[in-house]
Amino acid sequence: MSGASGNVALLEQTLARAKAENRAALVGYLPAGFPTVEGGIAACTALLESGCDVVEVGLPHSDPVMDGPVIQTADTIALRGGVRIADVLRTVREAHAATGKPVLVMTYWNPVDRYGAERFAEELAAAGGAGCILPDLPVEESEGWRKAAEQAGLGTVFVVAPSSQDARLARITAAGSGFVYAASLMGVTGTRESVGNEARDLVARVRSTTSLPVCVGLGVSNPEQAAEVAAFADGVIVGSAFVKRLLAADDLEAGLASVRELAAALAEGVRR
Amino acid sequence: MSDFFIPDPEGHSPSVAGYFGAFGGKFIPEALVAAVDEVAAEYEKAKADPAFAAELDELLVNYTGRPSALTEVKRFAEHAGGARVFLKREDLNHTGSHKINNVLGQALLTKRMGKPRVIAETGAGQHGVATATACALFGLECTIYMGEIDTERQALNVARMRMLGAEVVPVTSGSRTLKDAINEAFRDWVANVDRTHYLFGTVAGPHPFPQIVRDFHRVIGVEARRQILQRTGRLPDAVAACVGGGSNAIGLFHAFLPDTDVRLVGFEAAGHGVDSGEHAATLTAGEPGILHGSRSYVLQDDEGQITEPYSISAGLDYPGIGPEHAFLKDSGRGEYRPVTDEAAMRALRLLSETEGIIPAIESAHALAGALDLGKELGGEGIVLVNLSGRGDKDMDTAARYFGLLDGTDGTDEKQGEQA
Repeated sequence: MSGASGNVALLEQTLARAKAENRAALVGYLPAGFPTVEGGIAACTALLESGCDVVEVGLPHSDPVMDGPVIQTADTIALRGGVRIADVLRTVREAHAATGKPVLVMTYWNPVDRYGAERFAEELAAAGGAGCILPDLPVEESEGWRKAAEQAGLGTVFVVAPSSQDARLARITAAGSGFVYAASLMGVTGTRESVGNEARDLVARVRSTTSLPVCVGLGVSNPEQAAEVAAFADGVIVGSAFVKRLLAADDLEAGLASVRELAAALAEGVRR
Repeated sequence: MSDFFIPDPEGHSPSVAGYFGAFGGKFIPEALVAAVDEVAAEYEKAKADPAFAAELDELLVNYTGRPSALTEVKRFAEHAGGARVFLKREDLNHTGSHKINNVLGQALLTKRMGKPRVIAETGAGQHGVATATACALFGLECTIYMGEIDTERQALNVARMRMLGAEVVPVTSGSRTLKDAINEAFRDWVANVDRTHYLFGTVAGPHPFPQIVRDFHRVIGVEARRQILQRTGRLPDAVAACVGGGSNAIGLFHAFLPDTDVRLVGFEAAGHGVDSGEHAATLTAGEPGILHGSRSYVLQDDEGQITEPYSISAGLDYPGIGPEHAFLKDSGRGEYRPVTDEAAMRALRLLSETEGIIPAIESAHALAGALDLGKELGGEGIVLVNLSGRGDKDMDTAARYFGLLDGTDGTDEKQGEQA
């Protein structure tokens, strides 16, 4: 047993500090192993160095049912490159060690279930991870994981959706820690032209059930949208827009420069 | 009292959380929870409503053509060790397979929920054709997701779906087969759930789909049990069905669950052989895991990545299996065995040549298995096989496999392997 070495407290402090600065936090997402394991580590580190307060490292999956084509493509590249859970954990460790900032893992449930929830929680905590987001593990099925996470000092971030009814919201937010991930719309990951009013309503409904910070994800890709969401949320989550930049770049160096530029622009957006 | 819609009178319902023993559950994104709960609630209401059963019965009789025949195949059985072999003729249903049973039931649920649009996945195209058919009948918008590889090997069914007014979307992600069609259907559902019902086609997926789809297919076994008793005066020694997701098998097996002397035998696709790594034999070679919303046996690697299945049969080319089958396997009540492409294709040709019935390649896996079962049982044995679908859709694959189009009529296996 490694004990409660996870960094959930660092995540909480980071979000509290952003709030104290009267701004929303910027949360970036990239899958591990994309475009390569080393390239992914460099990219996650670049996000944290260039304006992201928090990074979510995706654990690539063969069947990313909740992801749109951009993240599907990145996952496929990572898996073809042979990415393993050890590489995901190394990405967390190195990005955190290089920046001192909180790093979470976002993953479908089956890889964790197969690896062993306790083993995964312990190893993620030992790598300096702050927590885990498990978007297809509903609260009803989450007790075993939450016990393991709590023991390891990790947060468990639950996703809520515009379709979540109030009674469920209360149950979910009571079980979660770190922050609440509010999906801005009904759909899979991917950039959108606009982030609708559904997000604002959902954040208000979530706040009536919990004092946890509420971060909004899905569809945010530019500083204007980030500023719009930052007006009512505690954090703005951006994923596909970063992945797109890496996909479009001619080489890793250009890709890193491009994601740095986007992170800086978004960081300005959340401070407007 | 309904003659055909007889859901679960023996109390084999899953737990409140949707579990059959250790298998099942509801592993879905939060965005779908409300929709899945709505389906479950509507199904409970429908079950309690005699008007629902009456409307479904009327369709099953006058539209589908139920009850389906039970055919004894004596010339085929000469190759089965002398045992008697009976076929439950789900191939004679309207649209050519068992799939219509579930589709009509869920289409009525869709109407009750007031949703104007239906989406579905399909592998062999049989579920897609049945869904497109019901949508035409009820005036519902219809989008069918089908793996790109399957749209090629089941081109006839693609044309049928489009003829029926459905939109067919070829899925190019992943292994481009049934698994990926389901992924894409889920993505559509999340985005359009307000006005869309996902008409799930097999006894897998999140609770309550394994229960609902099973209940709508129970009619297969209920009829077959009555028919075989009338014809032979006794229950069969074994009932046999092919297993992909497991819908036709559970439909046949379920009425025989209390008959503990009747063996329930499922035949899954072994492709080029389980040892070759190119197969879809989930219960033989898989391990417990989560795919498409429930815990069951899954073909996966040591880190929970789903591995790509293979079968000559598009309908069995799936790395998962319904959770109730996983429960039946672990409890010992069900037996599950692998059948290779080669054995299935041989059985397809044998039934065609001895009985004048061309089976679907899926169903041919059960026929191949029945030949072995018959030999094991010997001359006194009775085997009841679910002929889940007809083979018209497979003529292109079969013609190439056997070399029927270029005049060589090659039954040699080398030619088959190249097909």
